[in-house]
Amino acid sequence: MDLNIAGIRLDVTEDGYLTDVSQWNKEIAEEIAKQENIELTDKHWEVISWIQEQVKNEVALSIRGIKKSGVLNIKEFYALFPGGPLKISTKIAGVPKPKSCI
Amino acid sequence: MSETKVKKMLFILSKATIENAYAAFVMANGARMEGIESEIFFTFFGLEAIQKKKLEHLHVATVGNPAMHMPTMLGGLPGVEAFATKMMKREMEKLDMPPVGEFLEILSDSGCKLWGCKLAVDMFHLKEEDLIDELDGVITIGDFYSRANEEGTHLLFI
Repeated sequence: MDLNIAGIRLDVTEDGYLTDVSQWNKEIAEEIAKQENIELTDKHWEVISWIQEQVKNEVALSIRGIKKSGVLNIKEFYALFPGGPLKISTKIAGVPKPKSCI
Repeated sequence: MSETKVKKMLFILSKATIENAYAAFVMANGARMEGIESEIFFTFFGLEAIQKKKLEHLHVATVGNPAMHMPTMLGGLPGVEAFATKMMKREMEKLDMPPVGEFLEILSDSGCKLWGCKLAVDMFHLKEEDLIDELDGVITIGDFYSRANEEGTHLLFI
Protein backbone atom coordinates (compact mmCIF):
# COMPACT_ATOMS: atom_id res chain seq x y z
CA MET A 1 0.00 0.00 0.00
CA ASP A 2 1.06 3.59 -0.65
CA LEU A 3 0.42 6.59 1.49
CA ASN A 4 0.99 10.20 0.49
CA ILE A 5 2.11 12.36 3.37
CA ALA A 6 3.65 15.82 3.16
CA GLY A 7 4.27 15.30 -0.54
CA ILE A 8 6.26 12.13 0.03
CA ARG A 9 5.14 8.71 -1.17
CA LEU A 10 5.44 6.20 1.64
CA ASP A 11 5.21 2.43 1.66
CA VAL A 12 2.88 1.28 4.39
CA THR A 13 1.41 -2.04 5.51
CA GLU A 14 -2.28 -2.86 5.21
CA ASP A 15 -2.76 -1.41 8.72
CA GLY A 16 -0.97 1.82 7.83
CA TYR A 17 2.44 1.16 9.42
CA LEU A 18 5.58 2.39 7.66
CA THR A 19 7.49 -0.48 6.09
CA ASP A 20 10.72 1.52 5.98
CA VAL A 21 11.53 3.09 9.34
CA SER A 22 14.16 5.34 7.77
CA GLN A 23 11.39 7.21 5.92
CA TRP A 24 10.03 8.48 9.24
CA ASN A 25 10.26 12.10 10.26
CA LYS A 26 8.34 14.42 12.59
CA GLU A 27 6.16 15.79 9.83
CA ILE A 28 5.02 12.29 8.94
CA ALA A 29 4.36 11.53 12.60
CA GLU A 30 2.18 14.62 12.85
CA GLU A 31 0.20 13.60 9.78
CA ILE A 32 -0.40 10.05 11.04
CA ALA A 33 -1.38 11.46 14.43
CA LYS A 34 -3.87 13.80 12.76
CA GLN A 35 -5.51 10.82 11.05
CA GLU A 36 -5.90 9.29 14.51
CA ASN A 37 -7.34 12.58 15.80
CA ILE A 38 -4.36 13.22 18.04
CA GLU A 39 -2.60 16.55 18.46
CA LEU A 40 0.98 15.75 19.46
CA THR A 41 2.23 17.39 22.66
CA ASP A 42 5.69 17.29 24.27
CA LYS A 43 4.59 14.25 26.29
CA HIS A 44 3.60 12.45 23.06
CA TRP A 45 7.04 13.13 21.59
CA GLU A 46 8.70 11.83 24.72
CA VAL A 47 6.75 8.58 24.43
CA ILE A 48 7.45 8.33 20.70
CA SER A 49 11.21 8.63 21.20
CA TRP A 50 11.06 6.08 24.02
CA ILE A 51 9.23 3.64 21.73
CA GLN A 52 11.74 4.18 18.94
CA GLU A 53 14.56 3.58 21.40
CA GLN A 54 12.99 0.29 22.55
CA VAL A 55 12.57 -0.94 19.00
CA LYS A 56 16.14 0.05 18.14
CA ASN A 57 17.32 -2.01 21.12
CA GLU A 58 15.07 -4.88 20.00
CA VAL A 59 12.98 -4.81 23.17
CA ALA A 60 9.50 -6.23 22.58
CA LEU A 61 6.83 -3.64 23.31
CA SER A 62 4.06 -4.54 25.72
CA ILE A 63 1.72 -2.82 28.13
CA ARG A 64 3.82 -4.17 31.00
CA GLY A 65 6.83 -2.47 29.45
CA ILE A 66 4.96 0.83 29.54
CA LYS A 67 4.31 0.33 33.26
CA LYS A 68 8.03 -0.17 33.85
CA SER A 69 9.16 2.51 31.40
CA GLY A 70 9.49 5.36 33.89
CA VAL A 71 8.31 7.66 31.08
CA LEU A 72 4.59 7.44 31.80
CA ASN A 73 2.05 5.20 33.50
CA ILE A 74 -0.63 3.10 31.84
CA LYS A 75 -3.46 5.55 32.58
CA GLU A 76 -1.51 8.39 30.93
CA PHE A 77 -0.71 6.11 27.99
CA TYR A 78 -4.41 5.43 27.36
CA ALA A 79 -5.19 9.12 27.78
CA LEU A 80 -2.50 10.21 25.29
CA PHE A 81 -3.38 7.65 22.62
CA PRO A 82 -7.06 6.79 23.05
CA GLY A 83 -8.52 3.73 21.34
CA GLY A 84 -5.60 1.26 21.33
CA PRO A 85 -2.55 3.08 22.70
CA LEU A 86 0.23 0.67 21.73
CA LYS A 87 -1.16 0.22 18.22
CA ILE A 88 -1.57 3.94 17.62
CA SER A 89 1.66 5.14 19.26
CA THR A 90 3.78 2.68 17.29
CA LYS A 91 2.12 3.74 14.06
CA ILE A 92 2.95 7.38 14.79
CA ALA A 93 6.49 6.41 15.82
CA GLY A 94 6.99 4.73 12.45
CA VAL A 95 7.92 1.35 13.96
CA PRO A 96 6.36 -2.04 13.15
CA LYS A 97 3.04 -3.01 14.73
CA PRO A 98 3.77 -4.88 17.99
CA LYS A 99 3.05 -8.60 17.86
CA SER A 100 2.69 -9.10 21.61
CA CYS A 101 -0.62 -10.34 23.08
CA ILE A 102 0.00 -8.56 26.35
CA MET B 1 -7.16 -0.37 8.68
CA SER B 2 -8.47 -2.97 11.08
CA GLU B 3 -12.01 -2.30 12.26
CA THR B 4 -14.21 -4.45 14.44
CA LYS B 5 -17.90 -4.41 15.26
CA VAL B 6 -17.03 -5.62 18.78
CA LYS B 7 -17.36 -2.60 21.05
CA LYS B 8 -17.39 -4.16 24.49
CA MET B 9 -16.29 -7.51 25.94
CA LEU B 10 -17.76 -8.70 29.23
CA PHE B 11 -16.07 -11.70 30.86
CA ILE B 12 -17.42 -13.86 33.65
CA LEU B 13 -14.60 -15.70 35.42
CA SER B 14 -15.98 -18.58 37.49
CA LYS B 15 -12.83 -20.67 37.99
CA ALA B 16 -9.65 -20.22 39.99
CA THR B 17 -7.19 -22.25 37.94
CA ILE B 18 -4.33 -20.16 36.69
CA GLU B 19 -5.00 -20.97 33.03
CA ASN B 20 -8.59 -19.77 33.26
CA ALA B 21 -7.73 -16.60 35.15
CA TYR B 22 -5.03 -15.71 32.61
CA ALA B 23 -7.37 -16.46 29.71
CA ALA B 24 -9.76 -13.84 31.07
CA PHE B 25 -6.96 -11.36 31.82
CA VAL B 26 -5.24 -11.68 28.45
CA MET B 27 -8.49 -11.32 26.54
CA ALA B 28 -9.71 -8.40 28.66
CA ASN B 29 -6.38 -6.62 28.31
CA GLY B 30 -6.22 -7.45 24.60
CA ALA B 31 -9.61 -5.85 24.15
CA ARG B 32 -8.48 -2.61 25.81
CA MET B 33 -5.35 -2.59 23.66
CA GLU B 34 -7.60 -2.70 20.58
CA GLY B 35 -9.75 0.15 21.81
CA ILE B 36 -12.55 -2.20 22.90
CA GLU B 37 -14.15 -1.73 26.31
CA SER B 38 -13.79 -4.65 28.72
CA GLU B 39 -15.03 -5.74 32.13
CA ILE B 40 -14.60 -8.86 34.25
CA PHE B 41 -17.19 -10.26 36.66
CA PHE B 42 -15.59 -12.58 39.22
CA THR B 43 -17.94 -15.22 40.55
CA PHE B 44 -17.70 -18.43 42.59
CA PHE B 45 -14.14 -19.76 42.50
CA GLY B 46 -13.15 -16.94 40.19
CA LEU B 47 -13.25 -14.79 43.34
CA GLU B 48 -9.95 -16.39 44.41
CA ALA B 49 -8.28 -14.25 41.74
CA ILE B 50 -9.32 -11.01 43.48
CA GLN B 51 -8.71 -12.03 47.09
CA LYS B 52 -5.58 -10.32 48.36
CA LYS B 53 -4.41 -13.38 50.27
CA LYS B 54 -5.10 -15.93 47.55
CA LEU B 55 -4.43 -14.31 44.20
CA GLU B 56 -0.73 -15.11 44.02
CA HIS B 57 -1.41 -18.75 44.89
CA LEU B 58 -3.57 -19.86 41.98
CA HIS B 59 -2.73 -23.29 40.60
CA VAL B 60 -2.87 -25.08 37.31
CA ALA B 61 -5.18 -28.12 37.43
CA THR B 62 -3.27 -31.38 37.12
CA VAL B 63 -6.25 -33.64 37.85
CA GLY B 64 -9.06 -33.86 35.32
CA ASN B 65 -6.99 -31.99 32.77
CA PRO B 66 -6.16 -34.30 29.84
CA ALA B 67 -3.86 -31.67 28.32
CA MET B 68 -1.38 -32.25 31.15
CA HIS B 69 -0.64 -35.64 29.57
CA MET B 70 -0.08 -37.34 32.87
CA PRO B 71 -2.09 -40.11 34.52
CA THR B 72 -4.85 -38.70 36.75
CA MET B 73 -3.51 -40.70 39.73
CA LEU B 74 -0.11 -39.05 39.33
CA GLY B 75 -1.63 -35.57 39.06
CA GLY B 76 -3.20 -36.06 42.47
CA LEU B 77 0.03 -36.88 44.29
CA PRO B 78 1.25 -34.31 46.82
CA GLY B 79 3.43 -31.63 45.26
CA VAL B 80 2.62 -32.44 41.63
CA GLU B 81 0.20 -29.56 41.23
CA ALA B 82 2.60 -27.14 42.89
CA PHE B 83 5.42 -28.32 40.64
CA ALA B 84 3.34 -28.00 37.46
CA THR B 85 2.27 -24.52 38.57
CA LYS B 86 5.87 -23.48 39.17
CA MET B 87 6.85 -24.69 35.71
CA MET B 88 3.98 -22.86 34.08
CA LYS B 89 4.72 -19.62 35.96
CA ARG B 90 8.32 -19.84 34.82
CA GLU B 91 7.23 -20.15 31.19
CA MET B 92 4.84 -17.24 31.59
CA GLU B 93 7.56 -15.08 33.10
CA LYS B 94 9.69 -15.79 30.02
CA LEU B 95 6.91 -14.31 27.89
CA ASP B 96 6.84 -11.29 30.21
CA MET B 97 3.38 -12.20 31.49
CA PRO B 98 2.81 -10.31 34.74
CA PRO B 99 1.86 -12.13 37.96
CA VAL B 100 -1.84 -12.05 38.90
CA GLY B 101 -1.65 -9.01 41.21
CA GLU B 102 0.28 -6.91 38.72
CA PHE B 103 -1.98 -8.03 35.88
CA LEU B 104 -5.04 -6.83 37.82
CA GLU B 105 -3.32 -3.46 38.35
CA ILE B 106 -2.58 -3.22 34.64
CA LEU B 107 -6.18 -4.08 33.78
CA SER B 108 -7.55 -1.51 36.19
CA ASP B 109 -5.16 1.20 34.93
CA SER B 110 -6.17 0.30 31.38
CA GLY B 111 -9.79 1.07 32.16
CA CYS B 112 -11.01 -2.52 32.44
CA LYS B 113 -13.75 -2.64 35.08
CA LEU B 114 -13.43 -5.36 37.74
CA TRP B 115 -16.53 -6.57 39.56
CA GLY B 116 -17.20 -9.05 42.35
CA CYS B 117 -20.37 -11.16 42.23
CA LYS B 118 -22.57 -10.27 45.21
CA LEU B 119 -24.07 -13.72 45.61
CA ALA B 120 -20.69 -15.47 45.64
CA VAL B 121 -19.11 -12.81 47.89
CA ASP B 122 -21.93 -13.40 50.41
CA MET B 123 -21.68 -17.17 50.05
CA PHE B 124 -17.95 -17.22 50.81
CA HIS B 125 -18.43 -14.65 53.63
CA LEU B 126 -15.94 -12.25 52.08
CA LYS B 127 -15.51 -8.68 53.27
CA GLU B 128 -14.47 -5.65 51.29
CA GLU B 129 -11.01 -5.71 52.88
CA ASP B 130 -10.46 -9.28 51.64
CA LEU B 131 -10.72 -8.09 48.04
CA ILE B 132 -8.23 -6.14 45.93
CA ASP B 133 -8.23 -2.34 46.11
CA GLU B 134 -8.69 -2.09 42.33
CA LEU B 135 -12.15 -3.68 42.50
CA ASP B 136 -14.81 -1.36 41.06
CA GLY B 137 -17.54 -2.84 43.23
CA VAL B 138 -19.60 -5.85 44.24
CA ILE B 139 -22.68 -6.13 42.03
CA THR B 140 -25.47 -8.57 41.13
CA ILE B 141 -25.63 -10.46 37.87
CA GLY B 142 -28.56 -8.21 36.96
CA ASP B 143 -26.34 -5.15 37.37
CA PHE B 144 -23.75 -6.84 35.19
CA TYR B 145 -26.26 -7.62 32.44
CA SER B 146 -27.37 -4.00 32.43
CA ARG B 147 -23.77 -3.12 31.55
CA ALA B 148 -24.21 -5.17 28.37
CA ASN B 149 -27.03 -2.98 27.19
CA GLU B 150 -25.43 -1.60 24.06
CA GLU B 151 -24.82 -2.76 20.54
CA GLY B 152 -21.62 -4.70 19.85
CA THR B 153 -21.35 -6.14 23.38
CA HIS B 154 -20.31 -9.74 23.88
CA LEU B 155 -20.46 -11.87 27.03
CA LEU B 156 -18.01 -14.70 27.62
CA PHE B 157 -18.18 -17.28 30.40
CA ILE B 158 -14.87 -18.75 31.52
